[in-house]
Amino acid sequence: MTRAQVVDAYFMEHRARLLDVAAFLDRVDRAGAGEDDFRMRAFRKALALLGDGGPDRARRVLELFSDPTTEPVAKAGMKGASGAHDPSRGGG
Amino acid sequence: MADVYIDPHVHMVSRSTDDYVRMARAGCAAITEPAFWAGYDRSSPQGFFDYFRQLTEFEPRRAAQYGIRHHSWLCINPKEAEDPVFAREVIGLIPGFLDRENVLGIGEIGLNKNSRNELEILEAHLQLASDHGLLVLVHTPHLEDKLKGTRLILDAIRRFPKLDPGRVLVDHVEEHTAPVVLDRGFWCGMTLYPDTKCTPQRAVDIIERYGSERIWMNSAGDWGHSDPIAVPKAQMEMRRRGHLESLVRKVTFENPERFLSQSGRFSAEPLRPTAPDVTR
Repeated sequence: MTRAQVVDAYFMEHRARLLDVAAFLDRVDRAGAGEDDFRMRAFRKALALLGDGGPDRARRVLELFSDPTTEPVAKAGMKGASGAHDPSRGGG
Repeated sequence: MADVYIDPHVHMVSRSTDDYVRMARAGCAAITEPAFWAGYDRSSPQGFFDYFRQLTEFEPRRAAQYGIRHHSWLCINPKEAEDPVFAREVIGLIPGFLDRENVLGIGEIGLNKNSRNELEILEAHLQLASDHGLLVLVHTPHLEDKLKGTRLILDAIRRFPKLDPGRVLVDHVEEHTAPVVLDRGFWCGMTLYPDTKCTPQRAVDIIERYGSERIWMNSAGDWGHSDPIAVPKAQMEMRRRGHLESLVRKVTFENPERFLSQSGRFSAEPLRPTAPDVTR
C-alpha cells in the first residue's frame, strides 16, 4: 500500500482510537485530583514516545511497559498482569 | 464458501457449540487445543486427569460434529506451576496420555510471572518433551512480563540440546518479542486478541516486517475476552492490504500444517461432520 492508501484505509479508525485516549485522560481528570500510579506514569511516557518522530513505536511502547529485570522472581504472587511494570517491585 | 484455515491455538473446552458452528462456517478445518488454566486452581491432580480425558476424548468428538479436526497438547499451565510438588504429580500423568491419537506434544508450557518455581516446572516439561521427542508449544507471559519471560524461556530451552528449535513454537509474540524468537530459529505464533495481545492489523504488520517464515496466527479463544473467529478476520485484513492469496494461505494454513505435521499425528484433511453420539 502507498502512504496515501494506508491513511485512507486506517485514518478514521485511528482517529476514533485517539479520541478514546483523549476521553480516557479527561475521565481520569474528572475523577478528581491525585497522583498518577505506575500505570498512568508509563502511559504518559508512552504518549510522549509517540510524538518523538522515531521508528518502531509499537516495539518501543511495549518495551516501555515491560519489566526490565532479568532474574526470576522468588515467588509468583498474583497470577494476572497489570499492563505496566511497577518500579516498586524493582528494576527502576 | 470461506477460505480454509487452521486455528492452531484455541481453548474449545471454554467455548460453546455455537462457536464451533461459526468457526466451521468461516472455513476452519482443524484446531489444536493446548492445556491451560481453567480460571481457578484445580484442587487435585485427579482434576487434570479428567481434563486430559476431556481434551483427548470428548472435545475431538464434539469438534467432529462440525467437520473440524481436533488435536491437543498436554501440560500443567504455568499459572498452576507455583506449587512444584503438585505440578510434578500432574506431569507424571502425562506419559499415560501420550499414545492418544490426537496428542501432538507438550503445551502450552512456559512462564506466567517469571518465578523460580515456574521455571523449575518449565524445565520439567522440557525434559519430558526431550525424552519423548515431542513437539513443544510455549506460552509467553502477559503484558509487562512478556519480554523478560520470553528471554528466560528461550534460555531455558537452550539448556536442552535435544530440543530442535524447529520443533518448538513460541506463542503470543508481539513487536518486541517476534524478532527475538525468530532470530533463534524457533517458530512463533501471534495471538489475535481484542485487547491484550495482537490485533489482526498488528499481526499483519509483523508479517510485513519480519516475513512469513516460521510464523502463524491463532485466536487463543478461551473463557476471557477473545474471538474464536479472529484468524479469518486476519485473512480479511491481509486481503484488504492487497496481499496475495498465496501468502494468506501460507500463514493461515500451510505454515501451521507444516509445523504440526512434524508430530506425525496432525491432519487438516476435509472431515465430513459426524452425527452426535446420543448414546453417551
